[in-house]
Amino acid sequence: MPVKLLMGNEALGLGAIHAGVNFVSGYPGTPSTEVLETVAKHNDGSIHVEWSTNEKAALEAAAGAAYAGARALVTMKQVGLNVASDPLMTLSYIGVEGGLVIVVADDPGPISSQTEQDTRNFAQFAKVPLFDPASPGEAYAMIQDAFELSERHHTPVIVRPTTRVSHACGTVKTRGGVADCGASFANPTLDDDDASWERHVPSGFTKDTQRWVVFPRTSYLNHGKVERRAAAIADELSFGYRPNRIEMSGMGHAEVTRAFEERGDKRFELGIACGGISYHYVMEALEMCGLELPVLKIGTPYPFPAKLATEFLEAVDEVLCVEELDPVIERELNFLCGFEFLANTIHGKLDGYFGYAGEQNVEDICDVLADVADLGDRGTVLMSHWDSRDIRTVPAVTPKPELPPRPPVLCAGCPHRASFYAVKRAVGKRKAVFCGDIGCYTLGNAAPLDMVDTCLCMGGGITVAQGIETVDPDTLAFGFVGDSTFFASGITGVVNAVYNQHDMIVCMLDNSTTAMTGQQPHPGTGRTMMGTEVEPLSIPRILEALDVDCQIVDPLDFERAVQAVRDAMDKTGVRAIIFKSPCIYLEPPAHPAVKLDLDACIDCRACIKQLGCPALVVEDGHVAVDESLCYGCELCCKICPTDALREGGSDE
Amino acid sequence: MSERSGLNCVICGVGGQGNVLASRLIAQVLLARDEHVKTAETIGMAQRGGSVASHVRGGHPQSPLVPKGCADCLIAFEPGEAVRCIDYLAPGGTIVVNTQAAQPPVAALQGIDYDGSEALAYLRALPGVQLVEVDGASICEQAGSSKVLNIALLAAAVKSGALGITREELEDAIRERVHPRFHEMNLRAIMLMSE
Repeated sequence: MPVKLLMGNEALGLGAIHAGVNFVSGYPGTPSTEVLETVAKHNDGSIHVEWSTNEKAALEAAAGAAYAGARALVTMKQVGLNVASDPLMTLSYIGVEGGLVIVVADDPGPISSQTEQDTRNFAQFAKVPLFDPASPGEAYAMIQDAFELSERHHTPVIVRPTTRVSHACGTVKTRGGVADCGASFANPTLDDDDASWERHVPSGFTKDTQRWVVFPRTSYLNHGKVERRAAAIADELSFGYRPNRIEMSGMGHAEVTRAFEERGDKRFELGIACGGISYHYVMEALEMCGLELPVLKIGTPYPFPAKLATEFLEAVDEVLCVEELDPVIERELNFLCGFEFLANTIHGKLDGYFGYAGEQNVEDICDVLADVADLGDRGTVLMSHWDSRDIRTVPAVTPKPELPPRPPVLCAGCPHRASFYAVKRAVGKRKAVFCGDIGCYTLGNAAPLDMVDTCLCMGGGITVAQGIETVDPDTLAFGFVGDSTFFASGITGVVNAVYNQHDMIVCMLDNSTTAMTGQQPHPGTGRTMMGTEVEPLSIPRILEALDVDCQIVDPLDFERAVQAVRDAMDKTGVRAIIFKSPCIYLEPPAHPAVKLDLDACIDCRACIKQLGCPALVVEDGHVAVDESLCYGCELCCKICPTDALREGGSDE
Repeated sequence: MSERSGLNCVICGVGGQGNVLASRLIAQVLLARDEHVKTAETIGMAQRGGSVASHVRGGHPQSPLVPKGCADCLIAFEPGEAVRCIDYLAPGGTIVVNTQAAQPPVAALQGIDYDGSEALAYLRALPGVQLVEVDGASICEQAGSSKVLNIALLAAAVKSGALGITREELEDAIRERVHPRFHEMNLRAIMLMSE
């Protein structure tokens, strides 16, 4: 089937397969996770696909594969690149033999992340080329171009989708080229159905210490090469690479070229510069506002296609830059104005037309266009259709009712709720600090549990706790960490605590999976990404090897869980409690829904006020159990003061 | 359908209600007609019982997100979420809403008595809007599964004419994108809604 409805991440995964990828590694993280999963799903067995322990391990392993001539892909979310930045910075100098592409998904909003960092800055910093797809179709083409560029210039290359590309679906032509996005460097005949796509055979590793061993002298020489490489790529990408282009809304490529050629000394009053998903927002906003303006679309923000951009600046007076996250294109254009002595006025984030935080959308861009088009004494009314930012929504005759907020919560039956509650009960009124971490269990911060005092980064809970307990020695310090996070970056924190004689309790929330991103396996699960059964790494044995006193308890066995915490509190040094109970998505409890005995219930709502379980609701002014949500974990039965909440299977 | 060519539809609800499949099925219908389709869905942290919305666009859309005031049809899995997303609806558009409220845990905790009735009253008072109320619980009970709520709402939207797609097209999309094991109960939900 030539045309498919593909999610951006699926398009990236398929594009990598069609580029002949041999080795794929990554660490799960929204919104990047489905890229690697797509490769795994369509893997005919010839591709090595792995979830690595963290992003650093993933990039280093992929670098090795690429040293040996393989085409290698690494996937991660934007904050994952912080973890992988150490190998990335040096890899830019060392280079690769086979193509190495790093998909780093950015998350404007942020919808599911701790920062709104912009990976385009990372590309500039590391001097690594970056492709910024605007749609699933362009993503499919770009990842293939990225492999080709990487191999030709011996450099790692980043492909950076954002959430609305990664998690948007679009129609993508996967045979013989690409819909939506024009030509690319290399367009082998592609067909994922009959496996006739390009296969890449790795050359194998060739020893060459001058090349593969980093030393100050080689870095000095490589630094010069890296700068020359960037300049050469910038020139190459300035002309003839379709994702970088100047267009007019409503005009074909030839018409635009003619319009530019025929304009003579005439300049356009206003032009737009944009990239990524914002390009499509701009094109729609122009259509909605009835505006025809020249648009500079930037598909490779680094190395910046400066010659193309200069051509654009020479044809327009003012430029409005439309981009999510940081004003990367805007700064480049401002720089070019200074460098080339151009007199353009550049609008965007730096002069306050757009805010820095959050996602953009078509409506906001229409508003800003109205503002900018009104600027100055132009004589012509650019805004013919957009009626003073009047979005025509349905007029209401009654005021909008107040809606209850609906933030994400721990699922009904989630064992994390029981673990947090056991710690809360055991600690009582004692002075304590609860240092949380990244995962579903970050949601333990919400009322009524209120059991996350800090959350910084992957693995940071264990170590932040150590700093706090050192400064506040009368505080009982808890560090919470999930099983996947422990393997990713928690172990070093435990080693630090033991070595430096800290006094803290590690609470291991072991639900036997990577839950938040959708049940990926990890070293403790006994299964690899491609389904091979392996010996699971034992968390208690790792902790014991580190001389950590360790208890294992089922958090749903409430009394024993509370007692385990009390026992740990009575000790000093580094001690751990492993709360072991599988994620309900992995293994739903086999118990029927909890029953409420209305005669026994005094409607004190202790269950609701203490647990905040989505299955405990108020119906007709009285506590009730939503049986469609209840998994029968029976935690609420254990805290009901009148025993009105009972096991579903029990007879009255 | 709005003056823009192609369908614009927003599907809103609570994470875990089957929102993504609903948007993929509409997309599948449009794809089968050789239309260019774009969708945008909520995936990730916000899924855990939070508010979610999917956007589906046919014709030759640029943005995967429906701009405010442009949705021909708003399909809501619960009344409050319909109100939350009402600005997307185009004047004269259609709202298909499941009348059962999904109570957020926060409401019970804060003592807010939320049963969706105020939200429904608000929707009923909107002028010039076609409002289709669906008793989702009853359809699910008759179809024998709470999982068919998404299909029931889609079928109601199809019946209203707001999507510009036919029952047969929806059924074909289900056969194409849903595991055969679930065909029968989903087709039964469509039958129940179409009566």
